[in-house]
Amino acid sequence: MNEAAHAIDPAAVAAAPRPTNVLVVGVGGQGVIMVSKVLARLAQRHDLEIKQSEVHGMAKRGGSVFSHVRFGPQVWAPTIPVGEADVLVALEWAEGLRWLPYVDPERGTFIADTKRIVPPFGCTDRRRGATLAYPGTAVADVVGLVPHAYALDAEGMASELGNPRVANTLLLGVLSTVLDFGVGEWREVLAEFVPAGTVETNLAAIETGRAWALDVAARGVLPLAAAPARAPAVDVPTGAVRLDIEAAWCKGCDICVKFCPELCLRLNAERVVELTDPAACTGCRICEWLCPDLALAVRNVASPAEAPA
Amino acid sequence: MTALAIEHDTPLRAAAAVARPLTGNEAIARGAWEAGVRVAAAYPGTPSTEILESLATYPREDVHAQWSPNEKVALDVAIGASYCGVRALTAAKHVGLNVAADALMSHAYIGAHGGLVLAICDDPGIHSSQTEQDTRYYARLATVPVLEPADAQEALDYTRLAFDLSERFDTPVIVRSTTRLSHTRTVVRLGERHAPPPRGFTEDPNRNVIMPAMARRRRPFILAREQRLAEYFDGATVTRVEPGDAAIGVITVGTAYAYVKEVLPGASVLKLASSYPLARETIRAFCAAHERVFVVEELEPMIETEVRAMGLAVAGKEFFPRAGELSAEIVRDGFVAAGVLAPRPPAPTFDLEPLVRPPVLCAGCPHIGSYFPLRSGEARVTGDIGCYTLAALQPLAAMDTCVSMGSSIGNAVGMALSGAERKPVVATIGDSTFLHGGIPALMDAVYNQASITVLLLDNRTVAMTGGQDHPGTGRTLRGDATHKVDYEALCRAVGVNWIRRVDSYDLAAGRQTLREAMEYDGVAVVISDRPCVLDPVKIKGPPLTVDAAACTACQSCMNLGCPAITWSEETLEGRHKVQIDPAQCIGCAMCLQVCPTDGIGAGMNA
Repeated sequence: MNEAAHAIDPAAVAAAPRPTNVLVVGVGGQGVIMVSKVLARLAQRHDLEIKQSEVHGMAKRGGSVFSHVRFGPQVWAPTIPVGEADVLVALEWAEGLRWLPYVDPERGTFIADTKRIVPPFGCTDRRRGATLAYPGTAVADVVGLVPHAYALDAEGMASELGNPRVANTLLLGVLSTVLDFGVGEWREVLAEFVPAGTVETNLAAIETGRAWALDVAARGVLPLAAAPARAPAVDVPTGAVRLDIEAAWCKGCDICVKFCPELCLRLNAERVVELTDPAACTGCRICEWLCPDLALAVRNVASPAEAPA
Repeated sequence: MTALAIEHDTPLRAAAAVARPLTGNEAIARGAWEAGVRVAAAYPGTPSTEILESLATYPREDVHAQWSPNEKVALDVAIGASYCGVRALTAAKHVGLNVAADALMSHAYIGAHGGLVLAICDDPGIHSSQTEQDTRYYARLATVPVLEPADAQEALDYTRLAFDLSERFDTPVIVRSTTRLSHTRTVVRLGERHAPPPRGFTEDPNRNVIMPAMARRRRPFILAREQRLAEYFDGATVTRVEPGDAAIGVITVGTAYAYVKEVLPGASVLKLASSYPLARETIRAFCAAHERVFVVEELEPMIETEVRAMGLAVAGKEFFPRAGELSAEIVRDGFVAAGVLAPRPPAPTFDLEPLVRPPVLCAGCPHIGSYFPLRSGEARVTGDIGCYTLAALQPLAAMDTCVSMGSSIGNAVGMALSGAERKPVVATIGDSTFLHGGIPALMDAVYNQASITVLLLDNRTVAMTGGQDHPGTGRTLRGDATHKVDYEALCRAVGVNWIRRVDSYDLAAGRQTLREAMEYDGVAVVISDRPCVLDPVKIKGPPLTVDAAACTACQSCMNLGCPAITWSEETLEGRHKVQIDPAQCIGCAMCLQVCPTDGIGAGMNA
């Protein structure tokens, strides 16, 4: 079969009108859905077709949250294809990095809060010298990777307005300089979606975000308000540890076994403490400090070769 | 068959209809309300939960909307209403239909006196489920039609149509949604409510009572019904050919239609409303008119297999995957692989450090306290479906198994009686899951004298799906006060003699009580008692703080997996000390209990 005869004309595909694609990402509880609802309402006021897609369930429990907002004369797919987001709005820094491939490489804009929400999963390495598992990617590293980028300490700026929770509205203010809706419309729609007592702060936030974005655009400066601090280097990574047990002094009271954070101690058949898994011992010294009979001691050793037998 | 007033296939709306942004689930609820649904029942399950929540916002005098303890009960309630000649709806996630399947199979024979619609939401991509399964197999298995809307407008229209078809063809009808449709909001034109008058119960044992003789007589009717439905779909306007380039034809259904339209503008498309029964003659004609025909459908090759069996040459799953959710990119890649579209230049890649951010239990979640005593590994712990399944992950790592709703207790009985498990066996199950499917298994444990411990996690809500009520909360879907299940009395009634209640936050009491329970010879029930911190009210107490001078960086508190506790920048001997995020901390004081150096408290020197 002649495959070429069955192909669709690439020009026809390229000529199809594309909707405006805005991807909003963050962490559960940050207000991702509020931001996307405001956008959808703005588009609805212009009688545009809208698709706004999100996923509930597991994602709510502190995981990543995202919402695809597409609007235009005609919208088909509910989700934005990779590389087709006109704007990526990130309410959290690492979440923004995660979705960066969605930004249109020719005309896309990346708007990010530099706020870092460290998940407990980032603090799980118990070894000495362990560092936080959170991307060290700095704002300056990203600015050159996308056509347009705005990175700001939105939460810090929102705190100055008296309420750190309006950080997402501040980002909406930046977004308002990128999309074609009128300033008044943003203010009207926002007022519909925020709690009655916070309307004034939210309107101030949208103004602050807008002014900041217009200012950096006018002055042509690097669009950064603040860079997230890198985690400082950790002190004394002192090599390996070894747990010495003086078996004759152990009376089998079980205290160390019950308090060991790594669950790597047990009483043997003679009710004398023993280390079940030397690799799991982090040398935290809880057993050493709690033992009423001084039967356990953590020693620093120079190399793993000296670590326990 | 008596002539019924059929609205289907006719314009449902006035020209200047009201338009409103609705999710797919809200549109299904609206469609049901417009169709005059009188009774709706469901058990919550992502992504279907909002259908009933939305229906409960319509006036009480229009529709009775309720939560049932499980999906089978919900479908039976809907069937009961249908027996009385009123329109009824049940909603469930795909795995919920597994639970209700028994009633569906029978009702497919009995038929619908009042229209009966099952709104079933599949979860392609397994965003929040235990399996990825295609509900359309159930339609085929039960010989009932399945409608597959592509967007929220069709979700409304097809739900209305489903009620009409149900009564016209004397069959339950499935409306199949997916996570993407259920949770995508689009502007939907609304219609008016047209409730057909109740027809009342018809006393007809030959029809209403399923027994072998009745079922045998009814079987040929069902097969004839399948044929009549196929003919209906051939002639219905919901089966739609969108003509285009004659070289390429695409047969598609549901949300896959949107992806096809996105990547192949101007292609010739046959958009089906139903993948079963198929509009066979329309498909035959469509295939004859195009040189090359593709079938694009999400999950299983239902249409493709049947079209191939008709002797027609189509391509499908060799280009479009069976596993996972479709997207515009995946459909485009399929057409590129098929030589229909030119390849795109590769997207830029970013060499950035990834961040792992799995879902976690909330700060102060009582499940943390329930599972912390089980971290030691002294027991074999069976798990169940709920937020607490996250306790299987580090750092709690206190759960060995999870199968399906209510399985934990039955699994524990099998383990205890296997003769191959040395550790004491503990079944852990949430309150709603226990009421859903755990009670028969608890009876089994007592009846067969298994020595197990059941840890009942009573957080007084269906937390996983966003905090719905159930028979143990004392409130109905509409928020009315009602009887509240007394778990102690229930357990005693099935023969459990050893029952204790502990505060989920009291870690020492939890450990001691579980130890006693595991030593008890017989079925022991421990009720771990604390409300969910999010629902029905968000709990927030004064936060605790860490005394950095006292913290020895031992990481004992990190073993809780509380998201409010992370590393501070201070270290001791190369390990990070901890800090507590005051915005997240609710003051539950579990970390305070595990701190060996009394370094955590209220108002410590931060």
